[in-house]
Amino acid sequence: MSEQPGEPLLEVRDLTVHHGQLRALDRVSLRVFPGEVYAIIGANGAGKSTLLRTIAGLHRPTEGSIRYDGRDMTRVRPERRATGGIAMVLEGRRLFGSLTVEENLQVGATYARQGPWTIERVYELFGWMRERRTQRAAQLSGGEQQSVAIGRALVANPRVLLLDELSLGLAPVVVQRIYAMMQQILASGLTVLLVEQDVSQALRVASHIQCLLEGRTTLEGRPSEVTAAQVEAAYFGLPPGRHGGAGSPSQGGPGGSGGMGNPPRSRGGLGGIVPPGETEREPLWSGSTTSSRGS
Amino acid sequence: MTSPLLELDQVTKRFGRVVIAEKLSLSVGAGDTVGIVGPNGAGKTSLFGLISGDLSPDAGGICFAGRTVTRLNPAARCRLGIGRTYQVPRPFADMTVFENLLVAAQQGAGLRRRASYAAAAGALDRVGMSGEANVPAARLGLLQRKRLELARALASGPSLLLLDEVAGGLTDPEVAQLVEIVRGVNAEGIAVIWIEHVVRALTPVVNRLICLAGGAFVGDGDPETVLADPAVREVFLGSEVTASLAGSTLSEDLIPGETS
Amino acid sequence: MVWVNDIIQGILTGGLYALFACGLSLMFGVMKVVNLAHGDLAVIGGYVALGVITVTHIPVLWSFVIVVPVMAVLGYVLQRTVIQAALDRSVLTTLMVTFGLSVVIENALLEFVSANSQSLGVGNAIITRSFSIGSQIQIAYLLVLIFAVAVAVLLGLQYFLSRSKYGRMIRAVADDREAAQLSGVDYRHVFGIAAAIAFGTVALAGIAYGMYSQFAPTTGTDTILLFAFAAVVIGGLGSLWGTLLGGVVLGVAQQIGAQINISDEVLAGYIVFLAVLVLRPQGLTSRRAQS
Repeated sequence: MSEQPGEPLLEVRDLTVHHGQLRALDRVSLRVFPGEVYAIIGANGAGKSTLLRTIAGLHRPTEGSIRYDGRDMTRVRPERRATGGIAMVLEGRRLFGSLTVEENLQVGATYARQGPWTIERVYELFGWMRERRTQRAAQLSGGEQQSVAIGRALVANPRVLLLDELSLGLAPVVVQRIYAMMQQILASGLTVLLVEQDVSQALRVASHIQCLLEGRTTLEGRPSEVTAAQVEAAYFGLPPGRHGGAGSPSQGGPGGSGGMGNPPRSRGGLGGIVPPGETEREPLWSGSTTSSRGS
Repeated sequence: MTSPLLELDQVTKRFGRVVIAEKLSLSVGAGDTVGIVGPNGAGKTSLFGLISGDLSPDAGGICFAGRTVTRLNPAARCRLGIGRTYQVPRPFADMTVFENLLVAAQQGAGLRRRASYAAAAGALDRVGMSGEANVPAARLGLLQRKRLELARALASGPSLLLLDEVAGGLTDPEVAQLVEIVRGVNAEGIAVIWIEHVVRALTPVVNRLICLAGGAFVGDGDPETVLADPAVREVFLGSEVTASLAGSTLSEDLIPGETS
Repeated sequence: MVWVNDIIQGILTGGLYALFACGLSLMFGVMKVVNLAHGDLAVIGGYVALGVITVTHIPVLWSFVIVVPVMAVLGYVLQRTVIQAALDRSVLTTLMVTFGLSVVIENALLEFVSANSQSLGVGNAIITRSFSIGSQIQIAYLLVLIFAVAVAVLLGLQYFLSRSKYGRMIRAVADDREAAQLSGVDYRHVFGIAAAIAFGTVALAGIAYGMYSQFAPTTGTDTILLFAFAAVVIGGLGSLWGTLLGGVVLGVAQQIGAQINISDEVLAGYIVFLAVLVLRPQGLTSRRAQS
């Protein structure tokens, strides 16, 4: 974290959110810097969606603050956050079912900021969309709806894109295709904060991850700096010190990683462990952290 | 060999394109304790809906206590002995705690006046809320609401208790209290099926663990074996993390009393 | 041949009913608000027109130029204040609030204008006359005009909703309010626009009714609201053209009922209403059964 330059684009401090009497988030903090892909992982009920929705303005926090681009946003209405550059893709797609694909995008573009994303460019990103643009959104498949929902958020030209459980209810092949778009989305200057149920998927795409368990942060760091065992422990809330640190049998060295004994590396994969059968792979986010975005 | 208390036979349920249950078969005997885990949206609560009668299966049959209940409405199933709690406790807010239980005892268990008072008092005692009998339900805090929810299910005199994510939002000591209550309930001979994402709350109580994902059972057996299964781990953590952890097992840490 | 005349009269009256109904349908479709003061608002439109005509001596047919915008603004203001506050509590609260609004309006009218029936005179224009087809069919020009206006309003609404930016936003907010907010849409403002449109159409309906018949402070709930309701339900909730179909069915039923027995005119309409509720509650144009 120490090499991060400048100010965070999005900063959440000690956020506590209640749903009625249930405490969904308990003093959660995070900082997202420009150009990052920041992934939130965790089990059911961990508060991941609540965190994203509160940042988007759909819930009022009981305590804590949200700062965006240096300004306090904690009490700002959701539509003002949207026009200010925070776009969210809700869990379950939530398209305007009776509107066509194109109309959905047009609504998204109604209060768009200046920027590279237009409806045309969204059509180019998702090749199939132009032909089907007059079809009613409710008639699309889950994966297609997900693409339209992302497109609807993109045409507003946000600076921060919040993605809530992209993979939910979608076939793995479809999920892969959608995440493959991520590089192009980032290349246009966006910062992404996403919630992902599939831990491995999150680790593949993220430059930074945070694990929540029952409303609290149990782990935070870069995928290259955390071990799979730490992730598991954070996910299930296991006692600390278990399998943690170097020298545990599941990390690097002989006997781990399915018996292939790959030596730990400094980047890529999880804690230096490359899954057996695969060559070292660059994480999807391969950009530098010294981002000087012009757009 | 006695016939099972609850039997699901090739039950299928879909909501549009989403498959909640795909030819699921399940047998639960009297006095069993079964835990169900699985990722979000996997259909765990819907499974309870199928058992309690809030949902009707598209195909397959459900038998309870020797009777076919597939098309039976929820109230009738409750009277037969299926008790259920809901993820978000919803007591009858304008009534006191005791009155809430009376409704369950009289309608669910079909008891007459004196007997219903005794049953309600008994349920209250089992969950440790005897001192709050006259508190209006709307004034209860979260833990107490969960206890009331449990007591209400107990007051209806069930032989099968369905617990839906009762441990969520509770602190560790509160979870421990809850576990004790459930243990006590099971000791009386009531079968328990417990959906929970706080896995470590389940493991002290259940003698059988099922992992439900994508409408099918990924693992079904004693907790230690199920948690040691890489397929189960993969359901939660994905394929790569699971592959990286091939050297260790989840079960060692989620089951108390075992040393890693 | 008498029946043919009845059917034609019924169809044309259906245009008037559609004018009543489309505002009600719009408010329910977009915000899930059942505006029980809807009929009274038509009556207010009539009284405002009366006032405007008396003061400015503008011809009756042109009174809408002033009345409609005034009512539209009233609609926006009422929606952003009273109705939104009720909506924020629950949808059922809006029923109570609009009911209360209805009571307030009627009593205020009784207080300030008399309980006597009023009518908007139509002067000597051709409008007062009718033309004949054959010996049995007599059609009033006024009714034809009202029907034409109804069709024009529905066409306009359809165009607005399907093509314009605000129409799109209204449909989006009706589909998914939260998702619309996240696209930067202020749904309260959009609700206000929808209410303004609804109030504008009901003002037109009030003027039309005032020319066609008489109104008094209680006409709103006695007659207009129920007819509008029946037209919406028969035609199908959520369908604009359904309100025309519903209005026509209602009108025809009433005329046929009047043929059978003159005092059964209104009853016949309600019998059809009841039949639709029992046999096909989603209305004639709906494709799916609604809860």
